Amino acid sequence: MSDLTDLSIAGARDGLTRKDFTARELTQAYVAAAAAARPLNAFLVETPERALAAAKASDERIAKGKALPLDGIPLAIKDLFCTEGIETTAASKILKGFLPVYESTVTAKLWAHGANMLGKTNLDEFAMGSANVTSAYGNVESPWRRAGDNRPLVPGGSSGGSAAAVAARAAAGAIGTDTGGSIRQPASFCGIVGLKPTYGRCSRWGIVAFASSLDQAGPMTRSVRDAAIMLGAMSGHDPKDSTSADLAVPDFEKAIGQGIKGMRIGIPKEYRLDGMPAEIEALWQRGIDWIKAAGASIVEISLPMTQYALAAYYIIAPAEASSNLARYDGVRFGLRVKGGSLNEMYENTRASGFGPEVRRRILIGTYVLSAGYYDAYYLKAQQVRTLIARDFDKAFQACDAILTPTAPSAAFAIGEKMDDPIAMYLNDVFTVPVNLAGLPGISVPAGLSKDGLPLGLQIIGKAFDEANVLRVGQAIESAAQFTAKPAFIAGKT
Amino acid sequence: MALDKATVARIATLARIKLPEAECQALAGELSKIMDWIEQLNAVKTDGVPPMASVAHMSLPMREDKVTDGGERDKILQNAPQAENGFFAVPKVIE
Repeated sequence: MSDLTDLSIAGARDGLTRKDFTARELTQAYVAAAAAARPLNAFLVETPERALAAAKASDERIAKGKALPLDGIPLAIKDLFCTEGIETTAASKILKGFLPVYESTVTAKLWAHGANMLGKTNLDEFAMGSANVTSAYGNVESPWRRAGDNRPLVPGGSSGGSAAAVAARAAAGAIGTDTGGSIRQPASFCGIVGLKPTYGRCSRWGIVAFASSLDQAGPMTRSVRDAAIMLGAMSGHDPKDSTSADLAVPDFEKAIGQGIKGMRIGIPKEYRLDGMPAEIEALWQRGIDWIKAAGASIVEISLPMTQYALAAYYIIAPAEASSNLARYDGVRFGLRVKGGSLNEMYENTRASGFGPEVRRRILIGTYVLSAGYYDAYYLKAQQVRTLIARDFDKAFQACDAILTPTAPSAAFAIGEKMDDPIAMYLNDVFTVPVNLAGLPGISVPAGLSKDGLPLGLQIIGKAFDEANVLRVGQAIESAAQFTAKPAFIAGKT
Repeated sequence: MALDKATVARIATLARIKLPEAECQALAGELSKIMDWIEQLNAVKTDGVPPMASVAHMSLPMREDKVTDGGERDKILQNAPQAENGFFAVPKVIE
């Protein structure tokens, strides 16, 4: 039965419809796979009973001919989504033991569509990181290894547990969140598909907040079609999130497979960084050739503000984080460390509850928002953000979607780039501008590095044009024929 | 922009994070490096550019001024480190 875990979500759906296997058999296979994947530390909590109970309900609906679109599909949930009665920690000590009394809108929608939960996945603490090495509950290991080198690699971050679980066949799909690249970069590192929808497409209600003007939930899957299926289930207006868009949700699955003949794909010249590895450059060129061969035209575009995006991001995101994380004060939930006074209690709780990267970002955020510095930093960054969004608006007058690499490198070893925060921040150089402009972007596995590690290409679309992002993504997917598998497959190694 | 030890101690107080003095020194170095890197934004001309207020190009929705939720005291207190008589309990604030 372990071959069940090699099926895509679409493949599993078809098998369930044909009654080749039951939701219970499929879920049982994934429950075993999630347990077998423990060496990766991808899951913080496994919820097998809950998954199997939901699968039983799915089987009953399927038997009655009343199957829901995601019936029987076992998913891994980034531990940033509040799940009722299931510990939700954001990979922080400060939330240890927190049992939400409510369910996030996005997860509630997935369960309402018939999916079941295998468990909660590890991440960088409060989603702050690009390598999943800031979790209070240990690093996640990528299931991939460099050829001839057994050193553990990072899965990327912050949705590293979700990416590792999907790549290792320990979940049929997963959800992550993306504030500056946290879905797309780990998807690229782990050889899977990761989609960050337009800001406002999915409700943020019930997601532990990092930077509210940038955060978006999205699917992480093994195919573009699977991403389309999951996005359809996750999207839609939610009155509980006033920034969620009151727009109809298109049939994303229908949009793919139409081909890209006649589309105009933009190539931003500013994304050719000095010192970018030749293999990333070559991968991008292959992507351009595939686009041309599929009948679309290539347009050179200019996004001149690209080089300033990371610096603006590292003002805006920490500023919003310092405000959002003020709620962790030892009073209403989570950790409390005693002190002589109320103030001392706050200070002790936050000193021992937050890890070094989270503290660093709260301090930067507090500094840039403090009296006398607001205009010089925060206001300036928000002006630069306007210019970045204008760059994209202008570019989209000449093209329908944009093709770039997802990350400037393949995955690196655990321990590398750890002592220089700025080197770590550079991982997100191609993904951050998309969040600043609120646009949708997808990473699709497109090739291997010389060391045998996955590399992704990113497609960026117009606001609320996920349909075309998926369409171009599928064109890249079918041209790339990415069939490589990681060294670690749950239950097979 | 170099941050000195005293500035780090001041922002740590504002952020309500206790920092031992030795850590203030190390953090001053680290944060200064990050702030120096951020200074590159000064090269961007932003005169007359409006700061972005909303990326979604949407106006905030209005709804009827009506209570739609509530009465969940016990649920809300369920995760409190210390709750007494239906309230969150904290160290004494008023002597």
